[in-house]
Amino acid sequence: MTATQKRVFVNRIVMALSTLSAGIGLFFLFWILYILVSNGVEAINWDIFLFEGAPPGYEESGLKQALVGQLIIVGIATLVGVPLGILAGTYLSEYGQKSKLAETIRDISDIMMSAPSIVVGSFVYAIMVVPMGHFSAWAGIVALTIIMLPIILRTTDDMLHLVPTTLREAAFALGAPKYKVIIQVVYRGAKAGILTGILLGVARVAGETAPLLFTSFNDNFMSTDLMEPMASLTVTMYNYATSPYEDWQRLGWAAAFILSMFILSLNILGRLVLLTKKGK
Amino acid sequence: MTKIIDNIFANSTRLIAITVLFITAWIFTVLFQESLLSMQTFGLDFVTESKWAPNLEKFGAFAAIMGSVISTFLAMVLAVPVAIGVAIFLSEIAHERLKAPVGVSIELLAAIPSVIYGMWGLFYFVPIIRDIFGGIGIGMLTAGIVLAIMILPFMAAVTRDAMNTTPDILKESAYALGGTKWDVIRDIVIPYSKAGIIGALILALGRAIGETMAVTFVMGNVHKVSWDLTQPATSIPVTLANEFTEADTDLYFSSLFELALILLVISFTIISIAKFYFLRRKRSV
Repeated sequence: MTATQKRVFVNRIVMALSTLSAGIGLFFLFWILYILVSNGVEAINWDIFLFEGAPPGYEESGLKQALVGQLIIVGIATLVGVPLGILAGTYLSEYGQKSKLAETIRDISDIMMSAPSIVVGSFVYAIMVVPMGHFSAWAGIVALTIIMLPIILRTTDDMLHLVPTTLREAAFALGAPKYKVIIQVVYRGAKAGILTGILLGVARVAGETAPLLFTSFNDNFMSTDLMEPMASLTVTMYNYATSPYEDWQRLGWAAAFILSMFILSLNILGRLVLLTKKGK
Repeated sequence: MTKIIDNIFANSTRLIAITVLFITAWIFTVLFQESLLSMQTFGLDFVTESKWAPNLEKFGAFAAIMGSVISTFLAMVLAVPVAIGVAIFLSEIAHERLKAPVGVSIELLAAIPSVIYGMWGLFYFVPIIRDIFGGIGIGMLTAGIVLAIMILPFMAAVTRDAMNTTPDILKESAYALGGTKWDVIRDIVIPYSKAGIIGALILALGRAIGETMAVTFVMGNVHKVSWDLTQPATSIPVTLANEFTEADTDLYFSSLFELALILLVISFTIISIAKFYFLRRKRSV
């Protein structure tokens, strides 16, 4: 075999192997997606939205408490986490810039973005659940807010940075104070990017289970009292899926399907927002 | 007046930004304080002893720590070659028309919550392992494989991004010299993006070691070190997820907090190495 033939041969082998591994990867991933959809579609019906959790064997059982709880917990965490994250990101991009403080905050927040979420859960347990004496929706909300903060901070910082300096200078030249320049010019220029960041941040915390296990805990019945334990789709899914009852497991799949569809749509929406912005 | 508002705005953004540092420090402090009791009671035995007996008030974390190490190691061994293959496929081999759809679907799969990977593992993967290897199908091996599958999309996407930073002009020069695709990958793409690829893999490792839900379903939470990988086992996050709501004594709680602290320190270290040594964020200001 000549040297060239050998090179071509090795090349073919490597190409085949890496195409194969792409195939293996995609196979597993689409297998999971298929199972999710097939089990989800089968398990979903109107009852799920109309009824609360019930003991196994009951006809009229659903996920109403988990759906409402999920909306409340993720919703409030978003309402708190998004403004805080945007303001913190604003500091990094507009005030701190390359200062030592800003760089340290960037680094630490980058690490916290990948830190184990269950640790945040145990932290909130220590500072909220123990003093209060019981689990509560508030504890879950605080845990999710802590997880969301670095994500929003990072995207805001990056997106504001993309706004051209000339725009800021033009506004300053008109005599606008800095906060007005930021709110009326910089935010406007980075609108699409920040929106994408928010959508992806919400998608990320909506799927968190570990930090809710011992903060907001679970509740089989409808509750809107933030001082009490509250059900969420993820924890309910975990409890139902590990139960030995078939109808509970079916509800678990329904919860998995609804949650994944919600998270995937947020991700796709986030991408579309960025794409349409680029298209202009 | 505008000056006052300007000041308030600037200072409140700074205050909130500093809160991020404050919360991080607070997490470390609280976990440390809460684990003091366990540290004083067990000392170093906590990490070397594998007997975990809540009824006897004996807590040794060796089994959980080893479980985390072994399951993550297994996952890395399985996922790294496949992820690099996927990344090579996406950045160098795939036809332009395939790149976007395959790339986006891998990114979307990285967004699916890990609890769903765990659920899939429990219902569809555990029976397969049981049929092939015997036992109950729940254990270290299953956890390692499910963890590998869960981390794969993230790992592949970040590795691909690293490879994509190679300038086209470098690759084209090598092709012009008659290089095959593999020649270009081996001699141009990999040397150029080495730091990025290693950083991506270590970052994925840092995520995998703290992953809870994908493994909690399929690990079994048994505090025993066994070289038989088909036996039920435990890891730090699995122990936390299973026992936090069951703990009833101060020492039990304190031991769990020490576990959480150990986990945080380990993953904090790994992620810092990935981020600061290999993936220094480049920014032109």
